Amino acid sequence: MNLTLHVWRQEGPGVPGRMERHEVAGVSPDMSFLEMMDLVNERLVREGKEPVAFEHDCREGICGCCSMVVNGAAHGPKKATTVCQLHMRTFKDGDTITVEPWRAAAFPVVRDLVVDRSALDRVIAAGGFVSVNTGSAPDGNAIPVPKEAADVSMDAAACIGCGACVAACPNASAMLFTAAKVAHLNRLPQGVPEAARRVRAMVEQMDAEGFGACTNHYECMEACPKEIPVRFIAEMNRAWTKASLSAESAAADKAGFG
Amino acid sequence: MSRKRPPLLSTIGTKTTMAVTGLLLLGFVLVHMLGNLQVYAGREKLNAYAKLLQDAGGVLWVARGGLLAVFVLHVVSAFRVAAMNKAARPVPYVSAVPQVTSTAARTMLLSGLVVAAFVVYHVLHFTLGVVDAGNHGHLDAKGRHDVYGMVVAGFRQWPIALSYVVAQVLLFFHLAHGVSSAFQTLGVTHPRLAFLKGRFGTVVAGVVLVGNVSIPLTILLGLVPCGAC
Repeated sequence: MNLTLHVWRQEGPGVPGRMERHEVAGVSPDMSFLEMMDLVNERLVREGKEPVAFEHDCREGICGCCSMVVNGAAHGPKKATTVCQLHMRTFKDGDTITVEPWRAAAFPVVRDLVVDRSALDRVIAAGGFVSVNTGSAPDGNAIPVPKEAADVSMDAAACIGCGACVAACPNASAMLFTAAKVAHLNRLPQGVPEAARRVRAMVEQMDAEGFGACTNHYECMEACPKEIPVRFIAEMNRAWTKASLSAESAAADKAGFG
Repeated sequence: MSRKRPPLLSTIGTKTTMAVTGLLLLGFVLVHMLGNLQVYAGREKLNAYAKLLQDAGGVLWVARGGLLAVFVLHVVSAFRVAAMNKAARPVPYVSAVPQVTSTAARTMLLSGLVVAAFVVYHVLHFTLGVVDAGNHGHLDAKGRHDVYGMVVAGFRQWPIALSYVVAQVLLFFHLAHGVSSAFQTLGVTHPRLAFLKGRFGTVVAGVVLVGNVSIPLTILLGLVPCGAC
């Protein structure tokens, strides 16, 4: 396969970038998208030029590192697929493909296609955890977990934190990511004691990072490689409203914690 | 933890305000439409209904004040959301291909602004009698404000009828996304209520479109008798 690539090149944070054209010859349909990018970079290195920087790690669709907007779609055109699992057979010989980084104020470009996604880590640090006392290990299965709660929690926990939801959202909103983390923890017995505090703190951090507001386009769910449903966003909206109106939350604010 | 901004001004708080005020406005639109459809029941019915509202006095002004407050909150929240969302993506994509979002969803600000402008025009027309002043302020045989005559004479002028139809088409798009979106924002998750977030918005918007557009269209086509207007 022979392809024409238009790739975003940017030397560093805050400097203007541009699209760069590359003719790529000899692409195998069995290559993954990242292997095709490797081919481009090998040639650039041979020519003494700077290779295209992009993030990758496991290359099996579970780490959440790879992050490219391919032909205007986060992780490319295929449903429920990270770009590392997107194979070149999805494209046709002679295709022109645009490759861009995730674009959001909260995700500054580090270089070329690499963006800084620490904002998502800070949303997690604000409340995406359960507090446990250290000491001897508790007995296994000492806390009963309803089967339904475990199942839905697991669905939400499938989020790999890649940020495709933010990239695909017309508003660069991180609602699907944050909602998945809230849904994952808030329904488990271990997560319930901090549920109200969690949803408020995570939403507050999400806003502070400069992510947009959800206007229910549902592009996030379409782009999500793990198919996290937008039902979790509705769930978080409700949990947030309830927590914001609760007397316990008001008391916690007054006491200076929570 | 000290909060930087009150919950009501957060992204979810602003969206919740939009959803609540939006549904209240939808309630008004539906009641208003049912009131207007009485034009088909003839001059007597419509003018009597108009007199009933006029005679409400203080209650009418409280309702108008409440409606205005809801309207202003809805518009202010919309601008706030739009500003936050614009700031969230300062560098646009070279190529961004919408996968699932609708035209209605992507043009909410535009359709909303047109509908807001229409509301002003509509009040200037039928309430204040600034537009088409010649047909405003006449009395019927019983000495009541002849709303029926004003409406029929007004819509027999095609530019006025057309402007109403165009505004209602934009209201259709606005409601088609807005109503379903409001239920998602308000946190409806029960499977039995899933329809509220699905087709419901389009169905409600369609009912409003058919009901409201029928009035200027049937009048323009001469299907509603003019009587002595």
